[in-house]
Amino acid sequence: MKKEIRIAGFGGQGVVLSGVILGKAAVLYDRKRAIQTQSYGAEARGGGARSEIVISDEDIDYPKVINPDILVAMSQQALDKYVKDLKPKGILIVDSELVKDLPEDYIFSLYRVPASQIASNEFGRIIVANMIMLGFLVSLTEVVSLKALKNSVRESVPKGTEEMNIKAVERGRKIGEVVIK
Amino acid sequence: MSNKVLTGLHFMQGDIACAEGAIAAGCRFFAGYPITPATEIAERMAKRLPEVGGTYAQMEDELGSMAAIIGASWTGTRAMTATSGPGISLMLENIGYAIATETPCVVVNVQRGAPSTGSATLSFQGDILQARRGSHGEYETIALAPSSSQEMFDLTIKAFNLAEKFRTPVFLLADAFIGHMREEVLIPDKSKINIVKRKLPPCKMSLNEYKSSLDENVAPMPIFGHGFKSHVTGSTHNSYGKRDVTNYEALDYEVKLLSKKISKHKREIISVDSEIKDSNVVLISYGTTYRAVREARKMLKRDNINVGSFRLITLWPFPEEEIEDLAKKVKKIIVLENNLGQIVTYIKAAVKGEAEVIFLPPQVLGTLHKPDYIVDKVKEVI
Amino acid sequence: MKIVHPLIKYVRPGFLSTTNCAGCGNGIIAQSILRAVDELEMDIDDFVFVSGIGCAAWIPSPFFNADVLHTTHGRPIAFATGVKLSNPKLRVMVVSGDGDLVAIGGNHFIHAARRNIDLTVICANNGIYGMTGGQVGPTTPSGLKTATTPYGNLERPFDLPNLAKAAGAVYVARWTTYHARQLTKSIKRAVQKKGFSFIEVISQCPVQFGRRTGAGNAVTMMQNYKKNSVSIKKVDKLKENELKGKIIVGEFIDREEPELCEEIAKMRERIG
Ligand SMILES: Cc1ncc(C[n+]2csc(CCOP(=O)(O)OP(=O)(O)O)c2C)c(N)n1
Ligand code: SF4
Ligand SMILES: [Mg+2]
Repeated sequence: MKKEIRIAGFGGQGVVLSGVILGKAAVLYDRKRAIQTQSYGAEARGGGARSEIVISDEDIDYPKVINPDILVAMSQQALDKYVKDLKPKGILIVDSELVKDLPEDYIFSLYRVPASQIASNEFGRIIVANMIMLGFLVSLTEVVSLKALKNSVRESVPKGTEEMNIKAVERGRKIGEVVIK
Repeated sequence: MSNKVLTGLHFMQGDIACAEGAIAAGCRFFAGYPITPATEIAERMAKRLPEVGGTYAQMEDELGSMAAIIGASWTGTRAMTATSGPGISLMLENIGYAIATETPCVVVNVQRGAPSTGSATLSFQGDILQARRGSHGEYETIALAPSSSQEMFDLTIKAFNLAEKFRTPVFLLADAFIGHMREEVLIPDKSKINIVKRKLPPCKMSLNEYKSSLDENVAPMPIFGHGFKSHVTGSTHNSYGKRDVTNYEALDYEVKLLSKKISKHKREIISVDSEIKDSNVVLISYGTTYRAVREARKMLKRDNINVGSFRLITLWPFPEEEIEDLAKKVKKIIVLENNLGQIVTYIKAAVKGEAEVIFLPPQVLGTLHKPDYIVDKVKEVI
Repeated sequence: MKIVHPLIKYVRPGFLSTTNCAGCGNGIIAQSILRAVDELEMDIDDFVFVSGIGCAAWIPSPFFNADVLHTTHGRPIAFATGVKLSNPKLRVMVVSGDGDLVAIGGNHFIHAARRNIDLTVICANNGIYGMTGGQVGPTTPSGLKTATTPYGNLERPFDLPNLAKAAGAVYVARWTTYHARQLTKSIKRAVQKKGFSFIEVISQCPVQFGRRTGAGNAVTMMQNYKKNSVSIKKVDKLKENELKGKIIVGEFIDREEPELCEEIAKMRERIG
């Protein structure tokens, strides 16, 4: 199975890091293949940030994401820009705080996750919103295993913040479980 | 991080893999100047080199960076620099100096959108011919084109080995795409990494002994600090290394020797990756473009269309004979490059009319070819 | 009895004739360098001489019987930086011209001084581009007519010792070819000094500078160096108008500052 994921938002939300964490989880801990790419330059500096991950059980030839299976939109701008690329019947996950205007008719599954709201209310740290999103994404889609995700998070976040970030992942996972039920 | 060479499985950016490849290859000197999309290599080297007893130098410009690695190489140290378009252009005079003085070193060019300042973060294969002919004069050069993070590691080691063996600068022609992309890199155990050692003269060779070693089979390198009393000069020199700038014979001797040193050992230097079987159509690519070719071939296979792939890992010296052979086996050759046609001119010359050569740039320059675009093109020509 | 020049042992066998014009100051500079090495009783095999492109760059290349790196125009300091950083045990001396070191190579010059890397840089300043035939350079005095300033030089020349000092050099001196003994002494000091040392040698180019600017032949030029030189120790006592047209010679600075290679070695220890 090959899954293409695009995570988009604005600079400072840890969008690129989220992609790297997913890629690492897949390659180092689930022993799958993964490729992560990101947008740079004018686009990134102008506020937008984008990280793309392809995860597969087999060698990945084409490293770019053209039509993602999953789009995580962490800003309105990101949603507006990328929603048209999402595969039919793909999965769209948005931060419900930051993305208010949703397309009216759509043929994909939509999930509204209050990640940044929870991050600031429960963790006092808006920065962990991306971890909540990752927890949710992984419990919903199983693109990587939860164990791999946690290992990867531990390895990737600044020293001393591991536990907080893992808790945020757990929090996201719980939301995901509720949704699935 | 440990002070040693890394081993095991990693999820790494191409630029980082290149730096780790250099460390694994025994590179202990890096001089550079920040430039997107090659900066990550410098940053990694700045961190890693002191850990392994090496030296990182951030120079005042790329002219100085190239100069410094040549100076370092003459002390017997494996040396590298990494840059992109504007920086490579500045380095070219001293790259020629390294060629003329037979100085081993590795020059990484993470190509970006160009000409001029161009687009720093966008990928491109615009400097292919520059690597061949960018510095003034007549010479041969070696250039390798990686197509994955793994190859950023592997081919950096290979670049060092070729540089040391043939006493010449070797280019690693990456691009922004491969430099910034993260994927898995498997670093073998140190004992499994083959490292070619530079040939040094036996202590204090006589002038005549030294002269006899100056042939196209690569002379040993009389590095500094060992009493060799080396005279290293970019001026034309005769067989004693003596400057002789007024005789055509000396010019003829030096230029031919330097060229033959590479061309005579072409078979050993060149590596290509060929999967033709019995297809009539073959896709020729190199670097990141090869990734799109692989995907397209898979898609075509699903439609029961079998096309071959021929990838150039070594761009220079140009695998002329290999292409000539290929042309005799197939009817159509589609050349994919992320530019407006650079290596394709060399391919056409090598094909000698034996097959039809079709050039295919991406729809939008700089982007990877879209696999379905390649598929459509193949279906159109078969 | 056969008389042998005491410095001949430092000259590459088979390379006795120089390419300098008769009367050129480069020969005096070459001798001063070799005499300094000799008087210091150092092994010339511990040195690497690095030069750029120009007449002055041919002072060590190929004549010094040592490791010699004859590089590209303007870049010898950058090449020398690579040599020194990757083998700090080597004594690295750069010998080149004014155009080479401070026009095309000016950026490397100030940055090497700023880094305080242990190099000895000797600039043979003839105030002109000798090798290419007498064009204006960064040290050509204002007003002079050269091949490319047929109506007189409109620009001002660099004051090299003060440039080096401001950029961070730890040892700076200026002499003329008339001051061969003092020059030798200064070179000895510079070689022993840890850090970036710079010596400017005002040197006659009778063929290009002398001929084009009317400065006369080698003898006249050296006599003028003698007449016009003022020791830096006396400068304070002289008025501005008394200093006009004078060449201030002597040691401009001799100070201690952390040297780059030593700092790198300490950093390696620190990070273990
Ligand atoms: C990049 C480059 N530009 C120009 C030249 C031509 N060139 C050779 S020597 C020289 C000037 C040398 O002047 P200087 O350094 O003062 O040395 P001098 O000959 O006066 O001793 C120039 C411009 C060159 N060799 N390389
Ligand atoms: S041109 Fe001037 S500097 Fe050059 S060798 Fe002749 S006299 Fe000396
Ligand atoms: Mg000059």
